[in-house]
Amino acid sequence: MSLFQQWAFIVKEALDKSFLVAKFFCGVHVANTYLCSTALVQGPSMLPTFSLTNELVLLERISARNGKAGTGDVVILQSPENPRKFVTKRIIGMEGDKITYIMDPKNSDSTETVIVPKGHVWVQGDNIYNSYDSRNFGPVPYGLLQGKVFWRIWPTSAFGSIGRRPETVDPALKVLEQANQS
Amino acid sequence: MGIQNTVMKMFNKSIAFGLVGITVTDRYAGVCPIRGSSMAPTFNPSLESFADDYVFLEKFCLDRYKFSHGDVVIFSNPTNYKERCVKRIVAMEGDYISNVNGATRVPEGHCWVEGDNSALSSDSRTYGPIPLGLIRGRVTHVIWPPQRMKKVDRRIAQDRLAF
Repeated sequence: MSLFQQWAFIVKEALDKSFLVAKFFCGVHVANTYLCSTALVQGPSMLPTFSLTNELVLLERISARNGKAGTGDVVILQSPENPRKFVTKRIIGMEGDKITYIMDPKNSDSTETVIVPKGHVWVQGDNIYNSYDSRNFGPVPYGLLQGKVFWRIWPTSAFGSIGRRPETVDPALKVLEQANQS
Repeated sequence: MGIQNTVMKMFNKSIAFGLVGITVTDRYAGVCPIRGSSMAPTFNPSLESFADDYVFLEKFCLDRYKFSHGDVVIFSNPTNYKERCVKRIVAMEGDYISNVNGATRVPEGHCWVEGDNSALSSDSRTYGPIPLGLIRGRVTHVIWPPQRMKKVDRRIAQDRLAF
């Protein structure tokens, strides 16, 4: 084979391989954005559901896109105060719900009531004593929700699904639940 | 057998094309039609044209969320996340917008958007400042109809900012 033919063959091989890599990358992107992806969660705001140290969870993207993420779901959302930061919180109320919340549980018992506006959700961390959530930044537009956390894969000792209620119920939350239901 | 093979090949090619197309539209750039006249005369200037304007939007700005005054952006409607709206950024976080009651401060991570056609536009004057996370892309050019192809310029509305 002439030099040109050999060179053309190598170039064709290289292009084919790089197309394969590009298609694989696009497939991974589509799966991560539209189906299911993983996330690392950390911080004290979702104790005792998630511990302080890093935990690897699976989040599914279909509910957030279809509007099926509802009250009780743990979701990952872009923080309204910094679009490059992602936070994990639980949805406490959907649009139209009346939410009664304790503003500052460490210092006082005073509650406030708010009605969640159209197209927004109210999110709170399970650990209301140490969580920066809708009580601070207000109701969050539904468009900021990234996905619903449904399964924890690391640490393996806590492998399993994430439910729609916090793991244990704080007595202060029980009072609020009764106030919200009545 | 030959036909089945060809069909499988076409199927594979279209799946690959679809995946690549979705990735490019999500991450890099896309094309979008403009509906409504809230951005007249920049987009859809007259009610009698049959076709909507099509615009080219770029998504590289979503990497760092660095937007400037006067950018035309497409974002999810805060009152209904399934809809997209296109408006111009009038004020960024930390700026003050003048309204009848004095001045409103735009909070951190938010921006104030308004349509170029103030009379017919439902924008931040209705639903308040929007979080930057709702933005889905920045409009750079009008690409259809051919007689209106142009670059979309940044227009700074100095009269809406207080101080």
